[in-house]
Amino acid sequence: MVTSIIRRLIQALFVILAMTIIVFIGVNVIGNPVDILINPDANQAERARVIAHYGLDQPIWKQYLMFLQGLLHGDFGDSFVYGRPALGLILERMPATLELAITALGIALVVGLPLGLYAGLYPKRVSSKLIMSASILGFSLPTFWVGLMLIMVFSVELGWLPTNGRGPTMELLGTQWSFLTGEGLRHLLLPAFNLALFKTSLILRLTRAGVQEVLPQDYIKFARAKGVREGRIIGVHVLKNLMIPVVTIIGLEFGSLIAFSVVTESIFAWPGMGKLIIDSINLLDRPVIVAYLMMMVVLFVVLNFIIDICYTILDPRVRLDAKA
Amino acid sequence: MSESNVQDQTVPAATPEPGRLTKGVSEFFKSPAAVIGFGTLIVICGLAVFAPWISPQNPYDLMQLDIMDGRLAPGSESMTGMVYYLGTDSQGRDILSGMLYGLRTSLMVGVLSAFAAAIIGTTAGLFAAYMGRRTETVIMRLVDLQLSFPTILMALMMLAILGKGVINVVIALIIAEWATYARTVRSTALVEREKEYVEAARMLRLPGWRILFKHLLPNCLAPVIVIATMQVARAIGLEATLSFLGLGASVTEPSLGMLISTGYQYLLTGLYWISFFPGIALLVTIVSINLVGDRLRDVLNPRNAS
Repeated sequence: MVTSIIRRLIQALFVILAMTIIVFIGVNVIGNPVDILINPDANQAERARVIAHYGLDQPIWKQYLMFLQGLLHGDFGDSFVYGRPALGLILERMPATLELAITALGIALVVGLPLGLYAGLYPKRVSSKLIMSASILGFSLPTFWVGLMLIMVFSVELGWLPTNGRGPTMELLGTQWSFLTGEGLRHLLLPAFNLALFKTSLILRLTRAGVQEVLPQDYIKFARAKGVREGRIIGVHVLKNLMIPVVTIIGLEFGSLIAFSVVTESIFAWPGMGKLIIDSINLLDRPVIVAYLMMMVVLFVVLNFIIDICYTILDPRVRLDAKA
Repeated sequence: MSESNVQDQTVPAATPEPGRLTKGVSEFFKSPAAVIGFGTLIVICGLAVFAPWISPQNPYDLMQLDIMDGRLAPGSESMTGMVYYLGTDSQGRDILSGMLYGLRTSLMVGVLSAFAAAIIGTTAGLFAAYMGRRTETVIMRLVDLQLSFPTILMALMMLAILGKGVINVVIALIIAEWATYARTVRSTALVEREKEYVEAARMLRLPGWRILFKHLLPNCLAPVIVIATMQVARAIGLEATLSFLGLGASVTEPSLGMLISTGYQYLLTGLYWISFFPGIALLVTIVSINLVGDRLRDVLNPRNAS
């Protein structure tokens, strides 16, 4: 167990290293580093000074080492727009994104799991077929368009919910959170629902498929023959065996929720990391872009690592080193 | 008596056995959802291809736009007497025409990127399975690396490096999607490689490229077709998303996503049509492609063919 964790850890470090090379090559070789690192409004003397400052006159491998060194110190340079360290800007907005993603995941679970269970237990019912058709729609609807329609219906037509921002926040553990105030919660509702839609369909379909796989198993038949109450069969025998794929998907999808929050945050003007990166790409604020990309790489590698570890704990049959 | 018996026996032999293709096609159209999806898709493709001839206005030609006609409600009439059936956007562009042209862009981006990714991914997967050893390890590690990040993040990464624009969106989508094909093709090819016809081809000392592309490839194509269909829908959705975020199509030559994006700021004042109708077009396109892809998967799945 310990050796396989260490091996997996080394693999994860290699992935991060590989991604630093890709981002470095992308930014410094494919893109023009002078354009990337220097404010286009700078004059000639300023340009020369900055080129020397960033070591752009150095050979490429040396530049890469300097890039790595900056990375280890969390130094990505200052944002052109805000004039502050890029990493700090991103970390500052992380709680907003996390709050949105966690709420969305919660909604997806609370809605998707019971509906999927129902559709799996009673596949012949009309209501189950309706649920499944709705989930196809949930897959096909482009997230951003749904967001716009939500705004149109709930904000413009009905006037129930606000359209942008986080609303008033309250401090907890040193950061600001929206869900602690009533008004903030109202701001959170629409974007979280929007972000949750796709994942709800996913969890729903996964649960249904899982139920249909578990139901014909011998241990279910045996439990029925033994006279176990139906409620207990579903609650214990079915649900427990369902949890492994569902837990994996939750872990994997959490990362993609954070990535996809780019879209939702842009629509609802939610001041998180996603909105920051889109603004930065539009304004060519490259230090922030590089910092965001590296942060997401590290986040995904860490998430995948955690999922792999959880796998072995949840299901001892899975061996980490079996793949190698 | 005996004569009729002989005839009975010869009748089935006389009618030729329907080919695999005909069987597959008739199987495909057995599902009403697939028929609807396929029919809709044909109409959509027709509309996109013939857009320059059927749309009331060329929305990319700024000379034809009249800023005075901006933000008109559906059904309004312009000063020149043209009716804007679905209204106009802020620049006086006919939404219907914009949608028809936008559909062209969306479909082109979707088909182009899915096709290119399929070619690259399939080739990589075939090579990985056939060569084995180092080649396989290198390719599959790349695939694993790629698949551990969501598509939208890969696309954002590429656009951050390459810059905005429709062509760059296509490149980003190809880079973000090739790995799916590579993984599927490799696993199919690994099974096919062990079959006797490949062994026979090896015994004949046929060149490697011939075994790869003439023997292995045709037998690995079924999953590729299914994935490619679904990927077209995904690519269209992603292109629209990226254009909506302002990273794809330009304002003067809008795609569906860009149209929706320009309508976004007017949504709050109740001008719903600029975003609403292009969104419906997008939705119908994606759903119909998915319906076709779903059915293709059922028909082409060897487990279902008995």
